[in-house]
Amino acid sequence: MALYFLKRLLLSVLVVILVVIALFLLTYAIPGDPARVALGPRANPELIAEFRARMGLDQSLATQLYNFFVSLLQGDLGRDAISGEPVLNTVLSQFPDTLYLVLGSVLVALVPGVILGILSARYRGGIIDRISSVLSVSVMSVPAFVIAIYLLLVFSIQLGWFPAIGAGTGFWDRLHRLVLPSLALGLAWIGYIARILRASILEEMNEGHVRTARAFGLSENRIMYDYVLRIAVLPMITVLGIGIGQMLSSAVFAEVVFGRPGIGKLVYDAIISRNYPIVTGTVLVTTIFFVVVNLGADLLVAWLNPKVRHDLSR
Amino acid sequence: MSEKNALEVRDLNVSYKVPGGKLRALRQIDLIVPRGEIVGLVGESGCGKTTLMQTILGLQSSAAVIESGQIMLGDTDLLTLGPKQMRGVLGDRMSAVFQDPMKSLNPVLTIGRQMTDIQFRSKASQREKRARAVEMLEKVRIPDPESRLDRYPFEFSGGMRQRVAIAMALMAEPDVLVADEPTTALDATLELTTIDLLRELQKEIGCAIIFITHHLGVVAELCQSVNIMYAGEMVESGPTRAVFDAPQHPYTELLFACDPAQIAERTRHLPTIGGELPSLINLPPGCVFEGRCPKAFAPCADIHPRIVTSGGSDMVRCHLRDPEVTK
Amino acid sequence: MTSPADSPTPGAAPKPDPAGDRPAKRRGAFGRLISDPLGMLGVVLIALTVLAALCAGMTSWDPIALNPLARFQPASSEHWLGTDNLGRDLFTRVLYGARIALTVSIGATVIAMVIGVAAGLIAGYGPRWLDNVMLLIFDAMKSIPTVMLALMLVTVTGPSLYAVLLVVVLVNAPAYARMARTQTLAIRRAEFIDAEQALGAGQARIMLRHVLPNIVGPILIVAAMDIPVVVGIEAGLSFLGLGVRPPTPSWGSILFDGFSYIRESAWPVIAGGLPIVITTLGFTFLGEALRDTFDPKLGGGN
Repeated sequence: MALYFLKRLLLSVLVVILVVIALFLLTYAIPGDPARVALGPRANPELIAEFRARMGLDQSLATQLYNFFVSLLQGDLGRDAISGEPVLNTVLSQFPDTLYLVLGSVLVALVPGVILGILSARYRGGIIDRISSVLSVSVMSVPAFVIAIYLLLVFSIQLGWFPAIGAGTGFWDRLHRLVLPSLALGLAWIGYIARILRASILEEMNEGHVRTARAFGLSENRIMYDYVLRIAVLPMITVLGIGIGQMLSSAVFAEVVFGRPGIGKLVYDAIISRNYPIVTGTVLVTTIFFVVVNLGADLLVAWLNPKVRHDLSR
Repeated sequence: MSEKNALEVRDLNVSYKVPGGKLRALRQIDLIVPRGEIVGLVGESGCGKTTLMQTILGLQSSAAVIESGQIMLGDTDLLTLGPKQMRGVLGDRMSAVFQDPMKSLNPVLTIGRQMTDIQFRSKASQREKRARAVEMLEKVRIPDPESRLDRYPFEFSGGMRQRVAIAMALMAEPDVLVADEPTTALDATLELTTIDLLRELQKEIGCAIIFITHHLGVVAELCQSVNIMYAGEMVESGPTRAVFDAPQHPYTELLFACDPAQIAERTRHLPTIGGELPSLINLPPGCVFEGRCPKAFAPCADIHPRIVTSGGSDMVRCHLRDPEVTK
Repeated sequence: MTSPADSPTPGAAPKPDPAGDRPAKRRGAFGRLISDPLGMLGVVLIALTVLAALCAGMTSWDPIALNPLARFQPASSEHWLGTDNLGRDLFTRVLYGARIALTVSIGATVIAMVIGVAAGLIAGYGPRWLDNVMLLIFDAMKSIPTVMLALMLVTVTGPSLYAVLLVVVLVNAPAYARMARTQTLAIRRAEFIDAEQALGAGQARIMLRHVLPNIVGPILIVAAMDIPVVVGIEAGLSFLGLGVRPPTPSWGSILFDGFSYIRESAWPVIAGGLPIVITTLGFTFLGEALRDTFDPKLGGGN
């Protein structure tokens, strides 16, 4: 079982390395001379040559890739093309706002998703199950930015219940301004969570141990919440891991629509202003975060399985 | 009569809703389980013994329709009980051991947790419940039971798990234990020790056991009486000795004949008899065994045989044994 | 409890069904598809989108020409969905947007499908190391969050229709590749391939003949489910100004223009969002119904 952990870890590292190579090649493919972009159109040839030498741009592709990796390992993601600040600092400074947003979205997805999943498994084929299944499919298919704009239109512009712009100051204000963006990102995942939970509960309900529990007269509530859910939540954790990564990257829509700071807004502004180091840096940090969250979810699922725990403690 | 019998099934009819209509899985089933006795229930796959077991335990599938009949546990007809009252019976007056010991325990809860959970009726403290669990594990000869309580099912072998399941089932000292092929998944030596254990505990607790199996050898060794099912009907019942010595129904006869070693040697598989089971959706008008019966004669194809007493058997459903027909 | 107790069940061995009885089965299945209310609704919504695309150009307005005097008009008999910040008729722009949405989503899905299946065939039929490398690449592609991958690519290519196509292929192809690979590996192990190889049939022919019929069903279902995703990617990128270039009317850019002036008028936002909702719901409902009809084991139904 330690082998599983090792393999899973190794795969994650390999994936990150591949992504880094892809990102490097992409930066390399970006049209326009990075020196000119950085120094502006009026830079003289000496300055450009000096810049190229300093950035290692005059070296071979392989050397540049090597340098890229070395500086990454040192936590150096390059410098902001406009402000000159280290990219990592800029990205990390914007990260907390996006994390709050993702946290809010996870709550929006998890609470109704779990309730719907349990109810529709429990009353399978009934009215709740049918409504929940149509609802799940519907919220899953409509893109987050459309939901974001309609939420903005109805609840901010028309009803005026929520402020339209900014992340706010102070706990309650921030929370208040978090509601709509969280809904925009989280709604879709209600569907994914409800579906996977319903399916795994129904699967587990067919297992022999549930029959045994029933044969001892344990109540249906006890069987559901103590015996079945304990196992049925595991696939949901995996899905939630994927969800967190996707929410983090879809955050750009919620942040643009609701005028919130965050890494989505950061990367969006960077693309508009052709600030490539910021784009690369943000994509890299987000991807690593995504890989780590998925890894964490997989390891958590494995850890929650007593058989795995047992094998590991040997 | 309820004083003598722990459980009595009377004229039970169960069918399943299927796309083609109604699958009549159990028809006119009678089963008597005297107090403190082990009763064998034998039949090949598809004969309805699993449906019967599920119906007795109230765990039948949602597609099952109980058309008529009674299942008397002492003075209560289980079929009149609601789900809540049925839960009150299960794990108290009646409990069960199932076939697959690999799947019948919850994989993510410790044995101890599961054994204390099922004592939810008891007012005893958690510690007392644990002590009770240890005591039961000792009885089924699980070595070092104290520390085993904190282990998970996967840390036990198949035979051990089945003994844990037996310990759980007998913990409440039920009146009736339904054992659904509890030894089928075990290898021959384990089967033997498990059966010995079951018999020993049964004597100690004094409960009745419905032992569902298709091993004739096990029946001969363990059961005082035997019931033989075929295609949803009870075809023969009687004291084990009598039925084994002189089977009255041609199906019973074939069952034994196909098993040359008979009692002396256990078979892993049911002896095969030529022909196919009749359709349970469109039942034949006559005897269900007519198509495969070597002794079938004039009335068998058209008239459904009635129940008669014959030889040493308490009941046989065959025209051959019916004096009215053979006369 | 599962099946009706221990009653005999017909032995259902999973085997590729002979091509002969396919059309009949399909027709029956289509009937079932239509009888599923959600599937029917999906078909209707898609028909609506297709109709919109076909009707583009039949209105009396120009989708691009400016008309500053008619800015922010509400819906009326003249402008069915009102006008936008530049006075353009929104209904006309939405109809043209349907063309973009449908061509991009269907075109991109087909390209992703073809490339994915080809990659899967290569991975499944090629040597072990190639298979492993390709699997790793599929995994790596799955590990980059969709939107981030899209933003990164667009940064390189610049905003254009081709950027959108590229994004869709990179995001969606791995799923098709995995399906094709699994099936190829399964077929490769089957004995009849050896027999045909002995008879000298070309490898490419063997693969196409045996792999494709087996994955056509599941792949079409996944494709139907992918189309709404692609509609979302196209509209999303256009919304961010990174997809279809203005003034070409894309639902995403209509939505963004409307968003910029959302306090002026709600109509542009409604006009831009509604068709996205209709189309994505339509294809999703159809995809769900397809899956339930053709491949029940994929879904959660009984």
